[in-house]
Amino acid sequence: MNNYTERIYNGIVKENPVFIMMLGMCPALAVTTSVTNAIGMGASTIAVLVISNIVISLVRNIIPDEVRLPAFIVIVASFVTIVQLVMQAYFVAINDALGVYIPLIVVNCIILGRAEAYASKNGPVESAMDGIGMGLGFTVGIIAIAFFRELFGAGTLCGIQIMPSFYKPIDLLVKAPGAFLILGLIVMFMNAMSIQTRANDLVDGGCDGSCATCAAATKENCDKKEAKA
Amino acid sequence: MEKTSLFMIIITAALVNNVVLSQFLGICSFLGVSNKIKTSASLGGAVIFVITIASAVANLLYTFILKPFGLDYLQTIVFIIVIAALVQVVEMFLKKTSPALYTALGIYLPLITTNCAVLGVALNNVSDGYNFIESIISGFGTGVGYTIAIVLLAGIREKMEANDIPAPIKGAPLVLFAATLMGMAFFGFSTLS
Repeated sequence: MNNYTERIYNGIVKENPVFIMMLGMCPALAVTTSVTNAIGMGASTIAVLVISNIVISLVRNIIPDEVRLPAFIVIVASFVTIVQLVMQAYFVAINDALGVYIPLIVVNCIILGRAEAYASKNGPVESAMDGIGMGLGFTVGIIAIAFFRELFGAGTLCGIQIMPSFYKPIDLLVKAPGAFLILGLIVMFMNAMSIQTRANDLVDGGCDGSCATCAAATKENCDKKEAKA
Repeated sequence: MEKTSLFMIIITAALVNNVVLSQFLGICSFLGVSNKIKTSASLGGAVIFVITIASAVANLLYTFILKPFGLDYLQTIVFIIVIAALVQVVEMFLKKTSPALYTALGIYLPLITTNCAVLGVALNNVSDGYNFIESIISGFGTGVGYTIAIVLLAGIREKMEANDIPAPIKGAPLVLFAATLMGMAFFGFSTLS
């Protein structure tokens, strides 16, 4: 396996952002009411992630270290705006369904996390591959959550009736609490299979209060900050 | 009439459309910083503070700069920069004028910058067409809703600590199940709107 396919495998399986790294939880819970929404969200995220990874990788040597995070945020926000305008023009229905969560891609921790952890240290081609891998991993993750929520919560998939007519959909699953329930069950299943995830660290470590820093913040930094405060 | 509608905005923002339990904004900190009632209350205080000010500033910028010049499409970029800068300013201001409050909010203030709830409220206020006062009220209500949710969850987690829980459910799943039950309880408020 060469370096490029390794990045993609890494993003989808080894460091899957949704199930292993527990990043981007806001959209993973919010837009997973149907598989269609999840695909739309996944595609927008891949687009933003790949382009911003390439651009950040290209300018990584020009940006002074002290202001790199604000600079990354501005770059990401610009591409999110472009994606939002494209969605409004060509994919009106999916744009209306995703609503405020499209502009909120800016604060999706996966994007800033990859910029900080990978694109700011590697070349543009590797960074693009990393973006594709991580983006696909995110998309696979949210489609999996949406699959369970839509199938059992509405009896459909992508709006097409799947469950037999005698099946009574569990309405709760497509409502807000269902998102927490399905994610909880998935993490529980992974714990039982002893697959190492960041879920328990996130809950127990509990130091990073913000979406974007949770990827960049390490335990050490947090301890330092806490000691200072 | 005016007063009742402002009151409705607070109730809607804090309880009916709870920012965490029904809009899923600020999930990271909701799961991460909810192990003690005291710390989650400080975080809640910091969030109320920042969201209220951010809503006010975002509204002024949108009404007086972005809208008149036809630059609405830049709102995401402008808001995120403003929020990041605002948190810095608020931090410096508090450090100088009110060291007690500054220590109470501690590390949570800088961490709020990219909390999705702040940007989410600013964008929602614009799409709901709220005026200046309504934006402030809705921002404040959202902050209160966030605080209610995170303090309640911290309370539940403190109680659950002593219990004997099966190994796979320990940690994250348990917190997520608690959030599920809280979300179901908050459905009760939907009849208020």
